[in-house]
Amino acid sequence: MTRAAAFASRALLSLAVLGVIPVAAQADGGRRLPAQVPPAYTAECGSCHLAYPPGLLPARAWLRVMSGLQDHYGTDASLDPATVQQLSAWLVANAGTYKRVREEPPEDRLTRSAWFERKHRGLEPAAWKLASVRSAANCAACHTRAEQGEFDEHQLRIPAGLDARSRRAFHD
Amino acid sequence: MTPRPIRAAARRALPWALALLAALSGLAAHAADTSAAQQLQHWSAQADQPGDAAAGRVFFTGRHGGEWSCASCHGNPPTANGRHESTGKTIAPLAPAFNPKAFTDSAKVDKWFRRNCRDVLQRECSAQEKADVLAFLQGFKP
Repeated sequence: MTRAAAFASRALLSLAVLGVIPVAAQADGGRRLPAQVPPAYTAECGSCHLAYPPGLLPARAWLRVMSGLQDHYGTDASLDPATVQQLSAWLVANAGTYKRVREEPPEDRLTRSAWFERKHRGLEPAAWKLASVRSAANCAACHTRAEQGEFDEHQLRIPAGLDARSRRAFHD
Repeated sequence: MTPRPIRAAARRALPWALALLAALSGLAAHAADTSAAQQLQHWSAQADQPGDAAAGRVFFTGRHGGEWSCASCHGNPPTANGRHESTGKTIAPLAPAFNPKAFTDSAKVDKWFRRNCRDVLQRECSAQEKADVLAFLQGFKP
């Protein structure tokens, strides 16, 4: 990153944190992946888990996540400072701004968001522990187009071993 | 021979040629700057001892007092796709004979050794440990 670009992204970041820039004005903030995804996002964030659409968390939550990558939910996900700056600026610019995402979930986990829990309320707790699922972070276990940022309920697949009660939740 | 159709064909082909050129230069930008063999040599030299495949096997499959081993995510043997222990994300095979991209980018090798050693051992790996693991991984043949 050039010095000017680094300065610009730092400036953008601090303005966003201070709330000087109304984030909604510059962001799309939807659930879909933005048209332009930095290759570093796919490479760095997408190697251990789905490259989540930035619109699934609010800006402040992304900033906290990006400032604590050394201990990222129990693993070391540290990156060089230039990449952290670049990705933070992009995440903030594309963070969720619409009503239900604006609220910051516990531990900045999008899987603890009220909207996430509501959407998945029909699933038994055991469903998340299945070998075919393993974790709520594994969107692609059921959402076949998750890599493309599509979480449509018509593109679901039922993971192996799902109990009958949770199965019914796929159809409501 | 009429030159016009040839020129037209050339004009039609030009964007494709440019696209091909761009694709090729894109590849060149990600050219391999190292290999598993070079990494083995490098870490063996740093450790002042050749990598030991048997020690590498013990190291790779051991939990080192923590929750995870290298094999938790990379599998054992690490010749097929692995799966991230907590997220379930697919991880390409680690053994170089089963994954032509493994250990071909030194920045990536350094980054993942640093991160993953901290995850498994709560510290960075020594040169000897890296050499041993590389010797172990190099031992897998298709």
